[in-house]
Amino acid sequence: MQVGLNNYLAVAAILFTVGVLGIFLNRKNVIIILMSIELILLSVNINFVAFSAFLGNLTGQVFALFVLTVAAAEAAIGLAILVVYFRNRGTIAVETVNLMKG
Amino acid sequence: MLTGIAFYLFSAVLIGAALMVIASRNPVHSVLFLIVAFFNAAALFILLGAEFLALILLIVYVGAVAVLFLFVVMMLDIEFAELKRGALQYLPFGGLVGVVLAAELVLVGIRALVPNAGSLVPHATSGHLTNTEALGRVLYTDYVYYFETAGLILLVAMIGAIVLTLRHKPGVRRQKIAVQNARDPRLAIELIDVQPGQGGA
Repeated sequence: MQVGLNNYLAVAAILFTVGVLGIFLNRKNVIIILMSIELILLSVNINFVAFSAFLGNLTGQVFALFVLTVAAAEAAIGLAILVVYFRNRGTIAVETVNLMKG
Repeated sequence: MLTGIAFYLFSAVLIGAALMVIASRNPVHSVLFLIVAFFNAAALFILLGAEFLALILLIVYVGAVAVLFLFVVMMLDIEFAELKRGALQYLPFGGLVGVVLAAELVLVGIRALVPNAGSLVPHATSGHLTNTEALGRVLYTDYVYYFETAGLILLVAMIGAIVLTLRHKPGVRRQKIAVQNARDPRLAIELIDVQPGQGGA
């Protein structure tokens, strides 16, 4: 039972698909959408680390670290926007985010 | 053999937890399943020999991001059942998109991108260096500007989150340091010449 690069890439591909599916299914709940984005970034990280380990090049792990940083920043800003939006409107439904519509 | 069993176990739990994140009715359960998914992804990283990233994943995601999500989910008083209604109407189209996307990723990305992927074996780090040491040697030399930029991004995110959520309540007495420093005896004390026998007020 040899675990090759294909296996890791397949896991990352399935995880990416699950994340995209989460954005599709939970059209109203912004929190679930943010969590789906985290899942997508995690699958990208798995791809980076798998290629880095199998090709013997550390650059992939360095960039996985940067992806981790950006994901943390994105989660913090996204949740802050969510809190402000909830204070103003009293709901987080995505359909009601249309104040800037002309 | 043992590596294979561990890989399939962690991968199965990872994908199952990810499915529960998007399918769970209660967002608190979603966050907890997200934590499970991050733990299993960290285990996969350790299988690949990237111990530093695995532990950073645990610290950053489980320790910071997931707790932030949990905090926001519990702080906001949201009617989640209302938000959940009508989610299944997107299931056929979403499922179609998902199947097509997964097939594309598996076929194109894996078969075509790396022709000799089956013959590759993972090698953690070259020579006698540990993973953390090797990563540090690369990160602080070749990628030092990117590293500084990452720190700047975190700073901007921190300031942005504080500025966005800071609320100035009226009626709160705040400390005004400039006024305190500019204070002198003429502002603080009033001298009244009181005649004997007349009293103050």
